[in-house]
Amino acid sequence: MSKQTAVRHREIGLSDEQVLDMYRTMILARALDERMWLLNRAGKLPFVVSCKGQEGAQVGLAFALDPTRDYVAPYYRDLGVVLRFGQTARDVMLSGFAKREDPNSGGRQMPGHFGSRKNRILTGSSPVSTQIPHAVGMALAARMRNERLVTYTSFGEGSSNQGDFHEACNFAGVQKLPVIFFCENNLYAISVPLARQVGCERIAQRAEGYGFPGVTIDGNDVLAVYEAARTAVNRALDGLGPTLIEVLTYRINPHSSDDDDRVYRSREEVDEAKQRDAIVTFGAYLRSTGVLTADKEQALLRDVEQVVDEATAYAEQAPYAEPQEALGHVYAQ
Amino acid sequence: MAQMTMIQAITNALDGELGRDEKVLLFGEDVGQSGGVFRATDGLQKKYGEHRVFDTPLAESGIGGLATGLAIQGFRPVMEIQFFGFVFETFDEIAGQAARMRFRSGGRYTAPITYRAPFGGGVKTPEMHADSLEGLLLQTPGLKVVIPSNPYDAKGLLISAIRDDDPVFFLEHMKLYRSLRQEVPEDAYTIPLGQANIVRPGKDVTVVAYGAMVHTAVKAADEWSKTRGIEAEVIDLRTISPLDMETIVQSVKKTHRAVVLQEAQKSSGAAAEIVAQITENAIYHLEGPVLRITAPDTVYPFGMIEDEWLPTPDRVLRGLEKVMSL
Ligand SMILES: Cc1ncc(C[n+]2csc(CCOP(=O)(O)OP(=O)(O)O)c2C)c(N)n1
Ligand SMILES: [Mg+2]
Repeated sequence: MSKQTAVRHREIGLSDEQVLDMYRTMILARALDERMWLLNRAGKLPFVVSCKGQEGAQVGLAFALDPTRDYVAPYYRDLGVVLRFGQTARDVMLSGFAKREDPNSGGRQMPGHFGSRKNRILTGSSPVSTQIPHAVGMALAARMRNERLVTYTSFGEGSSNQGDFHEACNFAGVQKLPVIFFCENNLYAISVPLARQVGCERIAQRAEGYGFPGVTIDGNDVLAVYEAARTAVNRALDGLGPTLIEVLTYRINPHSSDDDDRVYRSREEVDEAKQRDAIVTFGAYLRSTGVLTADKEQALLRDVEQVVDEATAYAEQAPYAEPQEALGHVYAQ
Repeated sequence: MAQMTMIQAITNALDGELGRDEKVLLFGEDVGQSGGVFRATDGLQKKYGEHRVFDTPLAESGIGGLATGLAIQGFRPVMEIQFFGFVFETFDEIAGQAARMRFRSGGRYTAPITYRAPFGGGVKTPEMHADSLEGLLLQTPGLKVVIPSNPYDAKGLLISAIRDDDPVFFLEHMKLYRSLRQEVPEDAYTIPLGQANIVRPGKDVTVVAYGAMVHTAVKAADEWSKTRGIEAEVIDLRTISPLDMETIVQSVKKTHRAVVLQEAQKSSGAAAEIVAQITENAIYHLEGPVLRITAPDTVYPFGMIEDEWLPTPDRVLRGLEKVMSL
């Protein structure tokens, strides 16, 4: 049944299995996000920060990286990226419930503050943009050791105003380091809209000042993000230096579970964005190409639901850390 | 008189000062249209316009520098740092620039900025949000540091901070934002910076505290009075720079014993400074060493155990027992 002619993902070198894997990662991220949001509203999770609406862009980018070779220094919405880099639904839920086994920080930080040495994910922290120069340092370390790899770091458009972003870009530009700067432009920094954050038209333009390419991509076009990322990866691996990729995306949920977005944006705007959501459009694309059959889709959704249920049940009953554990890890023992 | 929470008293003080003096400006992340993540600036942009109450881009170093530039040109900027933990992003602007402007220019330039920031533990928010970093500010000549413990003081102290001719850091404990109500006059009034308040008189031991720890101290003191008949005198510092050593020393001369309470880690902070000054000024009146009751010298912990990590009324009682037995 599948149309063999001019199928876009095959033309750019992605197999049917790969795009299905991408879609599944997006769906899993979405399902985990929605479950955590529900658990928060039910009073079970203290705080949630959401990836909803940005999964397509994240997954498009992350599938151009190699989880066994590259490093990621993600920001708090990058659930799609960390799933690709090997975090499991259980890991995510353990972090949501702030349990001892949470691989990010053992409950020491808020959920969304990812980090896992075994998964090549740098531990981040609450002050925005601090991860960006870290990624540059890690890229320099790789160069010094003659390791051929890419470091990825992400941030919101508001966070691209921090000195950390500019200083990191400058250094990476000077040194032509293998870094991918990924700006997830969702049009708001909490309540403050893009036009009140930056005077330029595109965040990608900022790259020019640092001497490397910047591109702006529709973040709901998963395959376009993948292609741009692959170009950036190849550039970095060839020693040509960094790339800034800006994706135009949208955060469907409020900033966090503590935010009320009705104060600063209309329901019509949010509803309109939901129509363009990559989960919807990429799903439609996969169905239209015959890659995602009704059977496959049902199986996928059933499987994801089960995985999320299992992860929730596991994390909910998992123990909290012992109080004395909070005192450790300040200095080397 | 109106009953107000601390957050309402803060909004009320900002409102009054914006209305009184057109040189007062209010800015920071999300403070304008949305009224701040804790709603401290709710309605103020609507009332005073976008040119006086405005959202800044997300870049604290730039916000701090902007405040300094405005202040040296005669404005009275009140800038918000969304959480105190993000002070690191703008620390040079505060400690390295604004606080030294008067000194560097030989008094020709001054930077009368009010920095507002929420902070403090006990609300289940983790490190970088809950940290008590006031110790960092204390070793900054030129900067004053205010930490109110209740709505009435918050209003009077904030107005004093805005009208003060030097930069003032005004720290707002998140746990106190909405947990108590108090009568707060609608009209403006000031509480002098550097004047402590004896919130519970007593004759047997002096307990020095500030911010949320004032309430912990009073709770412990009341309990102790009931069970042991020992009367602790609780001093609410209200400002930790300048320090009202006179009130503290006066009290110690009467009680001969003291403990100092703080939510911050033990070493080198406000409590350490107070202990040093008590020994410098009143050592011959003391019947034993002055103790500190504080958090341990570790990073702010996860929510599940923060209530034990922070000084609890129980730990204060144990401290009091110890200081009485020495
Ligand atoms: C240094 C610092 N300042 C302020 C904050 C509070 N804060 C957290 S997220 C955020 C907005 C970020 O917006 P953006 O960069 O656009 O990312 P988005 O959340 O929209 O994905 C702010 C102001 C912070 N975490 N760190
Ligand atoms: Mg944003």
